Amino acid sequence: MNVKYMFSLMAVVFLFLFSYLGAEVAGLKVLFGIIIPYVAILIFVAGFVSRMMDWAASAVPFAIPTTCGQQSSLPWIKQNRIDNPSTKTGVIIRMLLEILCFRSLFRNTKMKIHQGQKISYKLEIWLWVSALAFHWAFLVVLVRHLRFFTEPIPGFVKFLEFMDGFFKIEFVDSFMQIGLPGIFMSGLVLLAAVSFLLVRRIMVPQVKYISLAADFFPLFLIIGITVSGIYMRYVSKVDIVGIKELTMGLATLHPTIPEGISSVFFVHLFFVCSLLVYIPFSKLMHMGGIFLSPTRNMLANTRAFRHVNPWNYPVKTHTYEEYEDEFREKMIDAGLPVDKKE
Amino acid sequence: MSDIPTAEELIKINHNPPATDWMDTPVNIRKGMYCYASNPKSVAYLGLPNARKWNPLDDDWKLPENWQQILHEGFKERLERFRTFKVYMDICVRCGACADKCHFFIGTGDPKNMPVLRAELLRSVYRNDFTTAGKVLGKIAGARELTLDVLKEWWYYLFQCTECRRCSVFCPYGIDTAEITIMGRELLNLIGLNIDWIATPVANCFRTGNHLGIQPHAFKDMLDFFVEDIEEVTGIDLEVSYQKKGADILFITPSGDVFADPGTYTCMGYMILFDYLKKEYGLDVTWSTYASEGGNFGFFTSHETMKRLNAKMYAEAERLGVKWILGGECGHMWRVVTQYMDTMNGPANFLEEPVSPITGTKFENTKSTKMVHIVEFTADLIKHGKLNLDKSRNDHLNITFHDSCNTARGMGMLDEPRYIINNVCNNFHEMPANTIREQTFCCGSGSGLNAGEDMELRMCGGLPRAHAVKHVHEKYGVNSLACICALDRAVFPDLMDYWVPGVEVTGLHEMVANALVFPGECKRTTDLRGEPLLGMEDEADE
Ligand code: HEM
Ligand code: SF4
Ligand code: SF4
Repeated sequence: MNVKYMFSLMAVVFLFLFSYLGAEVAGLKVLFGIIIPYVAILIFVAGFVSRMMDWAASAVPFAIPTTCGQQSSLPWIKQNRIDNPSTKTGVIIRMLLEILCFRSLFRNTKMKIHQGQKISYKLEIWLWVSALAFHWAFLVVLVRHLRFFTEPIPGFVKFLEFMDGFFKIEFVDSFMQIGLPGIFMSGLVLLAAVSFLLVRRIMVPQVKYISLAADFFPLFLIIGITVSGIYMRYVSKVDIVGIKELTMGLATLHPTIPEGISSVFFVHLFFVCSLLVYIPFSKLMHMGGIFLSPTRNMLANTRAFRHVNPWNYPVKTHTYEEYEDEFREKMIDAGLPVDKKE
Repeated sequence: MSDIPTAEELIKINHNPPATDWMDTPVNIRKGMYCYASNPKSVAYLGLPNARKWNPLDDDWKLPENWQQILHEGFKERLERFRTFKVYMDICVRCGACADKCHFFIGTGDPKNMPVLRAELLRSVYRNDFTTAGKVLGKIAGARELTLDVLKEWWYYLFQCTECRRCSVFCPYGIDTAEITIMGRELLNLIGLNIDWIATPVANCFRTGNHLGIQPHAFKDMLDFFVEDIEEVTGIDLEVSYQKKGADILFITPSGDVFADPGTYTCMGYMILFDYLKKEYGLDVTWSTYASEGGNFGFFTSHETMKRLNAKMYAEAERLGVKWILGGECGHMWRVVTQYMDTMNGPANFLEEPVSPITGTKFENTKSTKMVHIVEFTADLIKHGKLNLDKSRNDHLNITFHDSCNTARGMGMLDEPRYIINNVCNNFHEMPANTIREQTFCCGSGSGLNAGEDMELRMCGGLPRAHAVKHVHEKYGVNSLACICALDRAVFPDLMDYWVPGVEVTGLHEMVANALVFPGECKRTTDLRGEPLLGMEDEADE
């Protein structure tokens, strides 16, 4: 048993009980349906902005991009314009690849020593696959949720739903008559990917060793969000009309609590609020931090253009005069030129 | 090297972490894995804090009374001054992608040598001192106080990182553990925790102009000695110019090339090339004893110390009134020149934008620093057909090429050296793709860790590189490891003897000089080392 993930698991279980009992038993629906969501949004926005501003306030004294390809040098040598970018366009493409495709993670290899003889570094693609699947699925789910906060529902949300609900047409069509709602890929991919990331964190000895409670918590929480969402959609068939009334109320700043909304919904909502509040205070800020990472977002043209350090200050050096003063005789004896012959 | 385990024993590495959590596993400072503490004289000469005699194995490290406060304030100041430090303290997701990318983790299996844990050593204290979560939740949030034991752990593991940046290539956010090590070492220096292999070269360099403390007359003696050697082997009679005012180009190379085999042959290579260019095209290059160090161990101390040493390059170029600076084969020197020099000590408006006086090529990529790498310079000469090269004179060599960490990941000079190699020798084989170019493995002795007392650490850290060499040695019969770094040349011979006996180490310009055909020269039967050329074994004996 590992205290770290037990602690995080217990924390999520506690959040579950707190919200479920709160809504179901104590009937604190205004608290969970209105007050906490607003507070969470405020904390998220204020926290996120202040973290970004805090980072941005820190100086960038040196241009230290990590160069991952051929530099720009002689005209006949082919530069790697993306991995060693000397133009702004190059940097933008490099950053886009990092953010949209996790380019650096794609390089991942796994080292293995074979019977104390050979060492191999094989491509290890699963971390990349699962991380990418997880993030994209998360984004799709997020965008799909816009249907709860908009009226009429924008075209791109509907389009995304259409694409995401691929299986609905392919496989579920024949079942449609018995009233199963369409299946969205994104939710299942999200659950699968986040579960894989969790299993990986527990099973790979080195990854487990470096993990903190703070690394397990968001994974359990996101599993909680996903499972409660899937449960509502495919199992308990919650009152969508009522929920939309509530969410539209939140979005239009005229909050109401319609009757008959299942407590599972309040659990789902509370989990999401917990995640929102958690983001600014945790490693989940990586979503903002990556934009400010100097090893990736700086131009690798440091020999052609001078980067200015805002706090550069004069230092004590050892001047040529001091040097010659110390060694003048020896220099003259050795026939080396000197500035002052005495 | 008698007191370190044999290669067969050393490679039996367990990469599985211990049962105790890393925070509960105290540091064990082990002989062979650390470098001696700095000599107080060197620390005092540089005016750095807390010069005293101390020993890492003692309980008492003789720290200033308020050392925790000094470090806390130093930490805070650096968070404000370096966005890298601040962002990298916050955004690591501990995905572990960097873990098995570090040669020290691969070679030792010590989990605190995973880049992510190396950084966590500092991060845990950062969370405790500077974040709300850490203050409220303490250990469960991964926070811990900076105790003496934690400090010792910092010291031990920050001097088991060669600042090679390999981890940074694989991190999805580009988190550069080298940068964190640099900050950590800067902090340690605030309370006098340096190692002597760094502090003394830095003091030497400050005073005499080079790390080895060679005084001007002795520096000249060394080069004069090479002049004789060159004449003996090649029959070429050459002259070296020293601090000549108004010369076209100032040449600066690491002093390791002047002093330690096999770097000395690379140094002879430069001299021969310059002499050829002088005789053929009237090139006017001068050397300086004041700026006789290309490398910069100050970089392994603090940004400030790096700047203090680096200042000599521009100062000397200005005093001599040269047009621009040419730099020799070196790794961290080029990291400093590429990413720090112009910012710290520029702008060098007294110099001209570099143009090759021989080919007329304008080195556009260097128009602000005004410093050209000799490999770029020579590649351009070869491309323009300005060198008469006889490749077959390197036929006794079967070459593979090691990309130095700094020229690869702090610059990106990858194809220029390969172009030269392909033009000066016939037998060249690359090591496996995951061990070269931007994914190159460190020599294991960089960033000031190339002392004698930490030989076991160096052999561990050099394991991945050595094994890649072993692969091409066994597969293609490679017998020579070429590199463009003086530190590599100094440390690879030991590493090769240990892991891959039978592989020699050479610089690029040594091979260039072997191949370079002078007009009317006498017939060469040996290379610069006096080794017979292929097919010349009999003649060389005479
Ligand atoms: C610019 C956008 C983003 C990028 C480039 C990015 C990149 C990454 C990468 C490469 C990982 C490593 C995979 C791993 O840890 O297993 C990761 C982990 C994670 N990301 Fe993101 N991310 C972004 C935005 C987000 C957002 C919006 C969330 C929202 C909650 C998020 C939540 C997470 C979580 C929870 C993990 C941890 C997975 C684990 O612990 O194994 N990320 N991210
Ligand atoms: S690869 Fe980057 S984010 Fe992942 S553990 Fe290493 S430093 Fe942290
Ligand atoms: S910079 Fe190099 S030595 Fe240091 S942690 Fe990263 S990979 Fe290891």
